Amino acid sequence: MGNEKDHLEAIEGKEKFRYIGTSPIRPDGVDKVTGRANFGADFTANGMIHGRVVRSSHAHAKIKSINIEKALKMKGVKAIVTGQDFPKIDPSDKVVGEVVVSFYDMSQNVIARDKVFYDGHAVAAVAATSIKIAEEAAALIEIEYEVLPAVMTVIDAMKKNAPVLHKGMKTEGMDPVPKRSSNVASRAELKLGNAAEAFKDADVIVERDYTAQTVHQGYIEPHACVAEVSADGMATIWSSSQGQFMVRAFVAKLCAMNASKIKVIPSEIGGGFGGKTKVYLEPLALLLSRQSGRPVKMVMTREEVLRATGPTSGGHARAKIGAKKDGTLVAAELEMEYEAGAFAGSPVKLGCMTGFAPYNLKHVSCIGWDVVVNRPQAAAYRAPGAPVAAFAVESAMDELADTLGIDPLELRIKNAAVEGTQAPYGVKFPKIGCLETLRQAKATEHYNMPLGPNQGRGVASGFWFNIGGQSSASVMVNPDGTVIVATGSPDIGGSRASMALMAAEVLGIDYDNIKPLVADTESVPFSDLTGGSRVTFATGKAVVEAAEDAVNDMKRRAAKVWDVDIDQVEWKDGIATCIETDIHKPMTIAEIAAMAGKTGGAISGKANINAKGAGAAFATHICDVEVDPETGYVQVLRYTAVQDVGTAIHPAYVEGQMQGGAVQGIGWALNEEYVYSKDGQLQNTGFLDYRVPVASDMPMIDTVIVEVPNPGHPYGVRGVGEVPIVPPLGAVANAVSHAIGIRMADLPMSPPKILATIDAAD
Amino acid sequence: MAKHHVEAIINGDPAEFLCGTEQTLLDCLRDELSLTGSKEGCSSGDCGACSVILDGRLVCACLVLGVEVNGKKVETIEGVAKGDDLHPLQKHFLQEAALQCGICTPGFIVAAKALLKENPHPTETEIRYWLAGNLCRCTGYDKIITAVQKAAAEMRGES
Ligand code: FES
Ligand code: FES
Repeated sequence: MGNEKDHLEAIEGKEKFRYIGTSPIRPDGVDKVTGRANFGADFTANGMIHGRVVRSSHAHAKIKSINIEKALKMKGVKAIVTGQDFPKIDPSDKVVGEVVVSFYDMSQNVIARDKVFYDGHAVAAVAATSIKIAEEAAALIEIEYEVLPAVMTVIDAMKKNAPVLHKGMKTEGMDPVPKRSSNVASRAELKLGNAAEAFKDADVIVERDYTAQTVHQGYIEPHACVAEVSADGMATIWSSSQGQFMVRAFVAKLCAMNASKIKVIPSEIGGGFGGKTKVYLEPLALLLSRQSGRPVKMVMTREEVLRATGPTSGGHARAKIGAKKDGTLVAAELEMEYEAGAFAGSPVKLGCMTGFAPYNLKHVSCIGWDVVVNRPQAAAYRAPGAPVAAFAVESAMDELADTLGIDPLELRIKNAAVEGTQAPYGVKFPKIGCLETLRQAKATEHYNMPLGPNQGRGVASGFWFNIGGQSSASVMVNPDGTVIVATGSPDIGGSRASMALMAAEVLGIDYDNIKPLVADTESVPFSDLTGGSRVTFATGKAVVEAAEDAVNDMKRRAAKVWDVDIDQVEWKDGIATCIETDIHKPMTIAEIAAMAGKTGGAISGKANINAKGAGAAFATHICDVEVDPETGYVQVLRYTAVQDVGTAIHPAYVEGQMQGGAVQGIGWALNEEYVYSKDGQLQNTGFLDYRVPVASDMPMIDTVIVEVPNPGHPYGVRGVGEVPIVPPLGAVANAVSHAIGIRMADLPMSPPKILATIDAAD
Repeated sequence: MAKHHVEAIINGDPAEFLCGTEQTLLDCLRDELSLTGSKEGCSSGDCGACSVILDGRLVCACLVLGVEVNGKKVETIEGVAKGDDLHPLQKHFLQEAALQCGICTPGFIVAAKALLKENPHPTETEIRYWLAGNLCRCTGYDKIITAVQKAAAEMRGES
């Protein structure tokens, strides 16, 4: 479909949509409510054996020796691999994007070579005929370590004499580059105008330090895969991930194989939230299979998931905002240090880019430090980098509103970014819905309800870019006129339904006559992974274009049958009609499909695109809490999420994304955190003590969908998945701060912390 | 070590399997009987993804040993629908979009079924507390609660 103007015209005629904006049952739904759907751990292969990983319990140590002899001799043990079995990768081998992907680091994270960098770091892997034997053999592997002092927090890691994790790590982005190695991987800076100077014009300045802890994505499905390498070296991997092509590319790299020799078949995925954008088990399983000649299944335990995968970066932020008496913002500053975990690459730069994006500011300075510590290498988690930055900025905005005596939403409305605003990260915003979310939040019944004693209300806004990227789609018309839509994008939250709805809209046929599927790496061209809130936008755009391609093909067939020019054929509601004359009886898709053999063979459409024009997402959340002054327990009483989604293709799943993201954010704000012992062992390695929100903790999550269409998408889609986790940290913190009358700047706001804060103020 | 021979009624049908002393009911269902609808999210009783009904009682299959079910009745997610005929809970989970990734769904449906048997008129709070042992990281629980409320109403003949 054509340009932005065409898109907007199509979207504005939205009442004409037949399928978009409805919420039908998802195509894969019945399998998922009956237990038939196959997730990562549900797959088995004939002759399959089982792999287990041997993990370090030291947070930082040199590996002096690994002795696998005893383990190898055990009956039933078929293969053992260590870091030395993997090809060496050059340190310069990296892909530089917004977050750097270093294959050198990736290979060391998958399995340690010379050093272990965190509790849970993989050191060896064993495959045996049963899990039990594999576990017993794992215990027989003798590893000699030289234990090194561990650094667990950014503060310790940045100290002058801190033990250095990676010799040769020189802070990038410094001028001049420091001579000494340190744990600071890089410094990012973002500047607009001259903040230092502009602060002089402020009537009021608020400034404070904020802390947020490392949290885990917490998907309920542990990582799992089966890998099989046949005697001719061809590999097949079944795995649960956010991208079958990502798995193929990373495994190819880490195992020095050619991509055409690896086929990756995606299973259903039991949650990812960014945490399944990496490989952990797949390269190990592949090597174990190559060595044993048997398919190898590997499934993590929950403890392994928490110790060795994810988490997201905790960190510190100092936010400073200056304003005029009337609330006009004049300058803002943010300085942040994020934990990268064991290897460089925290999303601190994304934090810098997103923090002040909801506001119209002429003078901004953001500095971010990417710091390595002896924790697992951070993985993306829903809007990576943004929540901690927004926590600091939105808390500061709240404090500013209090100081000025202005309603916090009014303050945001006054300063909201609008079309044409220069965002601190470089772009001039096109059409965006920031102001609309704020206005609609202010108009909710929730915002205008009275509060009781010990209760507080907080609001916060958030921004996320949303991304496009490469997506492929094929639309295949079956001989009976039903349609298959194949894409390469794993469906984590109902995207098959959105793909089918968009295809139905273009083809003009019933949703139920369309079967969307997530294809393996050999059945659909390359696609980027599911992440960045890109699938409904980018893969959706590919589906729309592929469906249009199929429609053109069908128009061509009809023109051929009628012996008219193709532009004499109109396509509407799944029927081809001849405009020129009514002597030709209109043909349905089923009739055209039935005749395909006579008109040139099977009918299909395809689109392989690199989608540009992703539309930014803004959200505003409102949270009411009640704090028990005796126990410090925070009850969330009411919660409303307002979000601009562009166009809601399947409104029920859009709401679901908003609600789920909000609750993850509430968990981050109130309960969740990684707790380490002094020498770096993770203490809370299960769901009992790494406590994510449960049903009884939560109220209903009200949603308000705002639709300011994105001109960059044929139906106006922006992307919904990530921005909902950006505002909650600030919204909850502001609510608690108002309830107790003391500013809470340290997450999580667990009962003991709140009690200590109240006691300290008494 | 010799395996134990276990006989049980699973989803109404007699079943027998061999199991090791240390194998959990969840392992037996998934690995010995290929009933992979019950999921393992934690194997410590904290996530509810493995919820099954054992002689009428809701349990975490990861906390029960395979040998313990000898002579007992086990109901799993695979037995909730009768052929093509979905249980009201399954229908309302679909209609309310109460699943996103769907990994928690079998556990929630089995647990909610046990709730509605015991209490056909649960309040929102009762539903939330009953399901507090089932984790869902995707939905924020909102739509799950609604689905259970609507299924309960349908089962009471109110809709
Ligand atoms: S697997 Fe049984 S409760 Fe989590
Ligand atoms: S739907 Fe994903 S965990 Fe519940």
